[in-house]
Amino acid sequence: MSDALVPPAPAEAPPSRWAWLGRLWQLSTGRFGLIVVMVVALTAIIARVWTPFDPQQVEIANRWAPPGWPHVLGTDATGRDILSLLMAGARTTVFVAVGAGVVATLVGITLAALGALTARWVRESVAVFVDILIAFPVLIIAMMISAVWGGSLWVVIWSVGIGFGVNIARVTRPELRRVLHSDFVLAGRASGLTPAQNLVRHLLPNVAPVFIVQLSWSMAVAVLAEAGLSYLGFGAPVTEPSWGLLLAELQQFITVHPLSVVWPGLAITLTVLGLNLLGDGLREATDPTLSRERGAGRVARTHVPEVVA
Amino acid sequence: MSLVVRGLTVEIDGRRVVDGVSFAVPDGARVGLIGESGSGKSLTALAILGLLPDGATASGSVVWNGRELIGLPDRELARLRGDEIGIVFQEPRTALNPIRTVGRQIAESIRIHERASRRDAAARAVAEASRVALPDPERIVARYPHQLSGGQRQRVAIAMALACRPRLLIADEPTTALDVTIQAEILELLLSLVADDGMSLVFITHDLAVLSQIATHGVVLEDGRVVEDAPVSQLLTAPSSPVTQGLLRDATATLWRPGGVA
Repeated sequence: MSDALVPPAPAEAPPSRWAWLGRLWQLSTGRFGLIVVMVVALTAIIARVWTPFDPQQVEIANRWAPPGWPHVLGTDATGRDILSLLMAGARTTVFVAVGAGVVATLVGITLAALGALTARWVRESVAVFVDILIAFPVLIIAMMISAVWGGSLWVVIWSVGIGFGVNIARVTRPELRRVLHSDFVLAGRASGLTPAQNLVRHLLPNVAPVFIVQLSWSMAVAVLAEAGLSYLGFGAPVTEPSWGLLLAELQQFITVHPLSVVWPGLAITLTVLGLNLLGDGLREATDPTLSRERGAGRVARTHVPEVVA
Repeated sequence: MSLVVRGLTVEIDGRRVVDGVSFAVPDGARVGLIGESGSGKSLTALAILGLLPDGATASGSVVWNGRELIGLPDRELARLRGDEIGIVFQEPRTALNPIRTVGRQIAESIRIHERASRRDAAARAVAEASRVALPDPERIVARYPHQLSGGQRQRVAIAMALACRPRLLIADEPTTALDVTIQAEILELLLSLVADDGMSLVFITHDLAVLSQIATHGVVLEDGRVVEDAPVSQLLTAPSSPVTQGLLRDATATLWRPGGVA
């Protein structure tokens, strides 16, 4: 067999449905991202039923307690337990990140599909529409809406979701067009797939890597946006636990109690970093052309999603 | 199970890129469509399957097995594609989905047309892989396209097209992108598979030398029109049109080149 000149592969187990999870775990960045995101998500779930103290319980006698027992991370200016506040804030963070992610996915996929798969005039109008929407600064608009109608987490979710959905559409659309014109999509049709089946089996999986990075980026920006808007007083109402609100409160006393400011800042930073690394790791783990031949030297990837907020 | 194409016309933006093409492929026949690039060979093939790109429209008549295919709803055509009519494309590098294993791609049409379970289809994929003489079929079905050589990928594409035992195979320049030695192997493989299954073959090429090895009958196209329709032996010995004469000159050059397909 003269065309059998491929390097002999090491014994391969049949690819399992979960093989990508193992590959993700093997990437140090992917592992870090996965752990951080899982911890935040679990904390948010636990915080629904249990926190060490009631996060809103004021205890003036015990204000500015240093980290120790029973207040592991200390208390704030009104004696509230900082760990409990952080745990409760994780709920808000996860809610906003997931909400914005869902909105961004729906908006992004819909616009990308409309912009790539429909009749020419629809495609081109959608492309122009997306380009116009992208020009609007998401966070400023969120602030305007909050300033006029009052802040809420839904404002953050919708503005970041739509803003980044548009961004996802802009990046995914050309990718979808490219894949649409590849031979294997035609070959899929030639095997007897209907256009809808072809979309699910061949088109979407091939744009998934680009999409995943964009999505994780939007979720990370949603976390940042919620913290940022809450910090400025445009996001979560003061009755809601939020890392941004906590940061705003604690940073007034930064010269007196510098350590306490670190905790919400660290939580925000780690979560955003974790989401980004997880997205990047997922992209690499689900792309067989990148992750299979690790020994042979990995293809450098320097894809940096752009910031539009 | 014969294919009769009559007056097939394909228009793109009002331009006739295929213009009244007629030819017939009787059951079990091996017919070549030959012409320079841009002569409308590939579009003819795609029109038969109803897979023309956006903006292209087909008219005329394509009768497969007594059934008119032009104007047939896509759902009906999808049932024929891969099941009764298979197609192999030119470029093996792009004809396979980069993120699915070879085995799943071979199994795809089996899953669609025969509603086989995942397990059964996977087992069939191994059998199909060995039928196209892929080395170590049990392991190769777990590989991804980028781990295969060009010739192996074209074998996979052939296995995909033939998995449901179609009665007609359309091969659109399946050897053009390959090295000459591998070209010869693929041609040999196609010939033996076509003979085994007793299926008909429409082989598209721009190379008369290749055509002479695989087809018995040749339809010569130029600018979307049929200029000559004759047994291959006659095309080789007594070409009547200038196009065929030109193709023959090119083919002779290939034949004379050391190591060429001969």
